[in-house]
Amino acid sequence: MRTWIEKQKYLIDFTVSSLARRKVKNLGLLAIYTLIVFLLASVMLFTDSLRREAALVLAHSPEVIVQRMVAGRHDLIPGSYLDKIGSVRGVQKKEGRLWGYYYDPALKANYTFMVPPTGMAVDVAPGRIVVGPALARGVGLAVHDRVWFHAYTGKLFSFVVTEILPGESELVAADLVLMSEPDFRAFFDYPSGQYTDIALSVANPQELHTIAAKLAIRLPDSRTILREEILRTYESIFNWREGIVLALLSGAIFAFAIFALEKAAGLSADEKREIGILKAIGWETGDVIKMKFWEGALISLTAFLLGYVAAYLHVFRSSSGLFEPVLKGWSTLYPRFQLVPVVDGFQIATLFFFTVFPYAIATIVPIWRAAVTDPDSVMRG
Amino acid sequence: MIELSDIRKGFNQGRHNEFWALNGICLTVPARQVVAFFGPSGSGKTTLLTVVGCLARPTSGRVRLKEQDISGYPERFLTAIRRRTFGFIFQQFNLIRGLSAIDNIMLPAYPLGGEWRALRHRAESLLDSLRLGHRSAARVEWLSGGEQQRVAIARALINDPEVVIADEPTANLDTALSKEFLDILEALAGQGRTVLLTSHDPFVVESSVVQRVVTLRDGRIVGDN
Amino acid sequence: MVFRPAILALLMASGANVALLIGVAPFAVDVIRHWDISSGSERQLALERRTYLMSTLLVFVLATQLLALLLFVFNADKMAPMFVGAMCAVGTFNVNPYGFPALIAQIAVFFLAAMWLAVNHFDIQAPDYPLVRVKYALLLVMAPALVAAFALQLQYFLGLKADVITSCCSRVFSANAKGLSGDLAVLPPVPAMIAFFIALLVAVAMAGYAVARQHGGYFVAFTSAVAFVAALAGILSFLSLYIYEHPHHHCPFCVLQAEYRYQGYWLYVPLFVATAAGLGAGAIQPFSRVSSLRHVFPRLLSRLAGVAAAGYSLFTVVSCVMILKSNLILIGK
Repeated sequence: MRTWIEKQKYLIDFTVSSLARRKVKNLGLLAIYTLIVFLLASVMLFTDSLRREAALVLAHSPEVIVQRMVAGRHDLIPGSYLDKIGSVRGVQKKEGRLWGYYYDPALKANYTFMVPPTGMAVDVAPGRIVVGPALARGVGLAVHDRVWFHAYTGKLFSFVVTEILPGESELVAADLVLMSEPDFRAFFDYPSGQYTDIALSVANPQELHTIAAKLAIRLPDSRTILREEILRTYESIFNWREGIVLALLSGAIFAFAIFALEKAAGLSADEKREIGILKAIGWETGDVIKMKFWEGALISLTAFLLGYVAAYLHVFRSSSGLFEPVLKGWSTLYPRFQLVPVVDGFQIATLFFFTVFPYAIATIVPIWRAAVTDPDSVMRG
Repeated sequence: MIELSDIRKGFNQGRHNEFWALNGICLTVPARQVVAFFGPSGSGKTTLLTVVGCLARPTSGRVRLKEQDISGYPERFLTAIRRRTFGFIFQQFNLIRGLSAIDNIMLPAYPLGGEWRALRHRAESLLDSLRLGHRSAARVEWLSGGEQQRVAIARALINDPEVVIADEPTANLDTALSKEFLDILEALAGQGRTVLLTSHDPFVVESSVVQRVVTLRDGRIVGDN
Repeated sequence: MVFRPAILALLMASGANVALLIGVAPFAVDVIRHWDISSGSERQLALERRTYLMSTLLVFVLATQLLALLLFVFNADKMAPMFVGAMCAVGTFNVNPYGFPALIAQIAVFFLAAMWLAVNHFDIQAPDYPLVRVKYALLLVMAPALVAAFALQLQYFLGLKADVITSCCSRVFSANAKGLSGDLAVLPPVPAMIAFFIALLVAVAMAGYAVARQHGGYFVAFTSAVAFVAALAGILSFLSLYIYEHPHHHCPFCVLQAEYRYQGYWLYVPLFVATAAGLGAGAIQPFSRVSSLRHVFPRLLSRLAGVAAAGYSLFTVVSCVMILKSNLILIGK
């Protein structure tokens, strides 16, 4: 065992000096390898972080949302439905929600107007509103400013901004305007006794489907949206988009594999001679293969580390400008948010399979070809 | 010590450029002898050396080393035997450029995984015995021809082989250095090692160090004294 | 199919392994037909050179399979939210009938590759490579296994649809679930533990005997296989309960996660290594009488059996520690 370890140390020693002796060729390979890792790692880090954000954000949303449907479209829901839901077992909290969209022609943007859920600590006494950070930036609002909105009815409403929601909430609250219920109903001319939808809290996830089934019977003209369904849909979208980007990059991976193959197969006369010498002085084919394996491992490890760190900095310190449009979707108001770094073994393992594995496959046969050089080749040549 | 029976070695078999380097060699080399293989180029001297030194397998025929039949040994075993029994000094020296003298000398022992300190010490004492101790850290491409040859000799001796094989050792040397080389060979023979070398240089072949000359022509032995 | 990086990676890895092995199959046939160690002909020398490629490829396949296995399980776990009813990897595997067979096939390929490498290592200790033909015939046998594993995996991934309702581990492993998993969960803890510990101790004892006496490879392999199955059954039926400190959480995969501090690795790594070594011992036993290998056999058998003994011992110790440290009480008052 000891001998084995010593031997690997000798091989690594030779490998390092061998790599150093051919700096130009190896630096070129390292640069491209690092680039590939960087590209793929950026995509994965970005998407994983978005996934985590979405999950965190959705963690606070209600488990069940009940919406009333008319002719297949989402319509207002009467408050009396709250009583009908009344006694379904497992439902801990039920609340009618009021929210809607407002189109601002000046900024050509859609805002979400909402009455804050009970328990949220914001000052939205009549005439006062709380706005989201992106909206504040877009309109140029500060606390205590007065802002005017044209309702769809034609009337002009004015509100005073009491608070701007903090930066951490950007992803969900970027374009939000929170106001009191009377203000909301007045602004949109909302029929009294009606709500936009009903939010339910359910503690036990096992009971969700039973509850949804019961609701379907009690409220036949409504549909229930489960939070887990939303999560699943987001997950699907993220997967699909990430998959597409990676599939597009597969061309790059393939090119990289070919490049690696060329580099490994295209031994210079000098390299061939060196292997011949090693074979002649007593190295076996197996020893040469192991040495070449260490070469590949060192290059891979270096490229992986450099590429990953660069990707990390790219995604989490700057704002990964390369991928934003594809992965975030488009809108006029872009939330400015700091992504939460997500690094885990699964992600690294997947990255490994996309980068190191193609490199390894591409180089196996060339390494073998070089290693089986006849020991007497240096004497014949 | 080394016995060759009816050794044949061919290349490119079955193709139009098929050619046989060795055509039925029968040879016995006892231990501690200094043997020179003499003959024109193309006579098969170098190929014979590779077969004797376990660098290559014969196409047919038997090779016995110290009573053990090694003709059918696969590369793994052949290399293991070669590492501990033979030391090679090549005509072109074949040192690895970019490595220091001492690194070059230690290379053949790397696959054995022995303790580094002991190996280093052995390499240093070899360099000292060849009066090159002061150049141990120098890169081999900066050494003179004679110094390079001595590094090559030291490398050949690192695993303490019983047999030293030299291929055309004086081809790139002038008379003074050739003489020096022969002195080193004499010392090696004095240590009890068997020495085999090829040469077409009469200076070497006729020197007193060489005890036996085997003459080759067209892959056959035509003289042996 | 769910278009997801990890799935793409897994399929690429499996597909590449299959392609490599199929690619070298003609060479394996060549070796079987024309191998003649005593000849020095150029064809023989070329064949010998090829054998290096083939053993390198097998090492590569083995390493890839191991990593792919881990990725496969983790991916299944991460994907659980996408399937109704799935709470962890078990649910994901149950989405279609190919899930668990694909997992079992991956494990089987891993062990087959390990056994081949044991035979290969054994063979090259003798200068006449006596087992060459056997080895490469075994390689040809392995190729279809690899293809089958790939096919199962492909079928599984193609059949993954996100809106399918599947069952989570508490339903798969609950008392009224149909099939083997339900039966395992229902085993009363005391007999299950007795069977578990007996199987493991027998495996350790058998391996220890093989180390001391330097024969008995078949028994080592047999007891290793039984211990492997018993260990998995034990994890499913009671060990997981102790780890999760929950009387109904039987999932064998959740233990590998961060929230349980990756304890699963302490169990699975020794288990897999020990089983691979034990099976390897069985793989080399048929050739113990081959003349050129006879003197090498005892030492190699000892080494493999030693690894198996150590692995199973570690597994047993870790299991005991987990049971004792747990706050759950399954037996007694």
